[in-house]
Amino acid sequence: MSVKKVHDNQPKEFKFSNENLKKVEEILKRYPETNKKSAVMPLLYLAQRQNDNWIPLAAMKYIANYLAMPYISVYEVATFYTMYNLAPVGKHFIQVCTTTPCLLRGADKIVKLCKENISPNENEISKKGNCSWMEVECLGACVSAPMVQINDDYYEDLDEKSTKEILTSLINNKPLKPGSYRGRKNTSPEKILISNGEKHA
Amino acid sequence: MGKNMLKKENRIFKNLYNEFGWDIENSLKRDDWKDTKNLINKGREWIINEVKTSELRGRGGAGFSTGLKWSFAPKKVGSRPHYLVINADESEPGTCKDRDILRFEPQKLIEGCLIAGYTVNAHVCYIYIRGEYLNEGKRLQEAIDQAYAKNFLGKNACGSGWEFDIHIHYGAGAYICGEETALLESIEGNKGQPRLKPPFPALVGLYGCPTIVNNVETIAVVPTILRRGGKWFASIGRPKNTGTKIFCISGNVNAPCNVEEEMGIPLKDLIEKHAGGVVGGWDNLQAVIPGGSSMPLLPKKVCDTLTMDFDSLIENKSGLGTAGVVVINKDQDIVECMARIARFYKHESCGQCTPCREGSGWMWRILDRVVKRKATFSDIDLLSDVTKQIEGHTICAFGEGSAWPVQGLLRHFRKEVESRCREEPLIKKKLNNPYLIDQHLLENKNA
Repeated sequence: MSVKKVHDNQPKEFKFSNENLKKVEEILKRYPETNKKSAVMPLLYLAQRQNDNWIPLAAMKYIANYLAMPYISVYEVATFYTMYNLAPVGKHFIQVCTTTPCLLRGADKIVKLCKENISPNENEISKKGNCSWMEVECLGACVSAPMVQINDDYYEDLDEKSTKEILTSLINNKPLKPGSYRGRKNTSPEKILISNGEKHA
Repeated sequence: MGKNMLKKENRIFKNLYNEFGWDIENSLKRDDWKDTKNLINKGREWIINEVKTSELRGRGGAGFSTGLKWSFAPKKVGSRPHYLVINADESEPGTCKDRDILRFEPQKLIEGCLIAGYTVNAHVCYIYIRGEYLNEGKRLQEAIDQAYAKNFLGKNACGSGWEFDIHIHYGAGAYICGEETALLESIEGNKGQPRLKPPFPALVGLYGCPTIVNNVETIAVVPTILRRGGKWFASIGRPKNTGTKIFCISGNVNAPCNVEEEMGIPLKDLIEKHAGGVVGGWDNLQAVIPGGSSMPLLPKKVCDTLTMDFDSLIENKSGLGTAGVVVINKDQDIVECMARIARFYKHESCGQCTPCREGSGWMWRILDRVVKRKATFSDIDLLSDVTKQIEGHTICAFGEGSAWPVQGLLRHFRKEVESRCREEPLIKKKLNNPYLIDQHLLENKNA
């Protein structure tokens, strides 16, 4: 189990924007009327997006109220799942996969580069630029190891040189494109010639 | 090409690398949604029989017969609706096959959902995608929208007379939600902690209703099986271990890749013909984890002759699992690799059962001591004992999943472990820390 700490400085209030309220209506339609509670995970995601990629306690209370469920149940969900950030993260949030398949291909070097270029500690917002990084468990792109997730996107087939370039681009707030950094097509074996060179969107 | 290589015409996932386009128009050219209406009109019994004939076993790790699972769903809908749930919470280290199906072959999955949904009397299907696969989920949603636009889903789906809707539900980074009952808890809006079985989800599942939970790959191969016949699928591989399988080959190989191959392909062929061989040559191979991190690793001498299917791996005291093949060569510290896996399980234990919650931490801490050369010989027996205390004493299979890799390490690499240990010191340093505390928390605030 992982230890998750709630941020010290909490905003007093949280409300969904009108745009998000419309999305909430759409989300609620997916689940049976008697099981509104099912929407708690998608609603927490919405709150996280609205609030600069972290969830304040006020949002949990608001969602609990909205779905007519106890606050503690929302708190339980928000603290159980690792993807809900309970404290602010950088605008460019770098998650480095360090589980064995990535470790075998040099994930520790990427961690080292993050320490040198972003911040010496995990979950610390960088002095230059607006970045933070953390080690995470398997992100499910093992044949493209080592890889990192930056916000929503996967950066794959990395090495020290390409990682450095990516990190620099983030610090300068001009992020490079996601995808493979060895120029290969998705998860295909590299020596095989690929007829159609269309890039993965 | 070896004798066991999969023939091109037998490949099911032709667009695994997105060479031909993922969208519905291109999928239709690859025969997706061909005759779906007729297949459905042949009836539930025919579909289940055909899947049983194919001997398809679940691709999510457990390898349970899919036809049999479907036949557990109540034949008639009672007072409660039925649900179909697709497990796309692919989180097993070494595995990334479902990701490619979600983004490049989504119509195969969607068509499979309709057929499976009809077969088990479900009008609603939830696809549970791990939260990190946000882009893959968006892609799948696009594909679902395209299917709706062609009336393949919705009221009278594909002209079959069956009403069918698909919704996506994102996870949020919990490995345990790949366990089917934890997954159901998660959809219901709870933290993902597995339920006691029985009752099995087929009778009491999502919202207390009969629910069938299947892996992405399992469902995605069903339409092709029905179109080409269960006998065709059964003719690939060997009895009880039939069909094709997507293997993910990662770690110390020259060309890590996903590849669809025949069940029962020799491991050596898989690595040398598809993944460009082991880095440093076959003789530089140290061990292979054959089926995702939960399966015990196998040393080179077993790998030399190993064939990759469910039963042959069980014979070798391992398992096919998700077919995530992690190759470890001799340049690696095998104990460190397994310590990292132990750390993964410590991080991902849901905390419900004491043996797993505490034991996974014990295993990691002991292995970490071994890596740092601070362990003693008695620690090895302690470690072995802890794995036995976890195995079989937990609600779900996570206990086995965390204990087996460590047992595999001790079974095949005991010498390696011993060489890093020392004798019990005669004069013991007095530690102020209680033994049970997580040592790493003392060293690192953020752990």
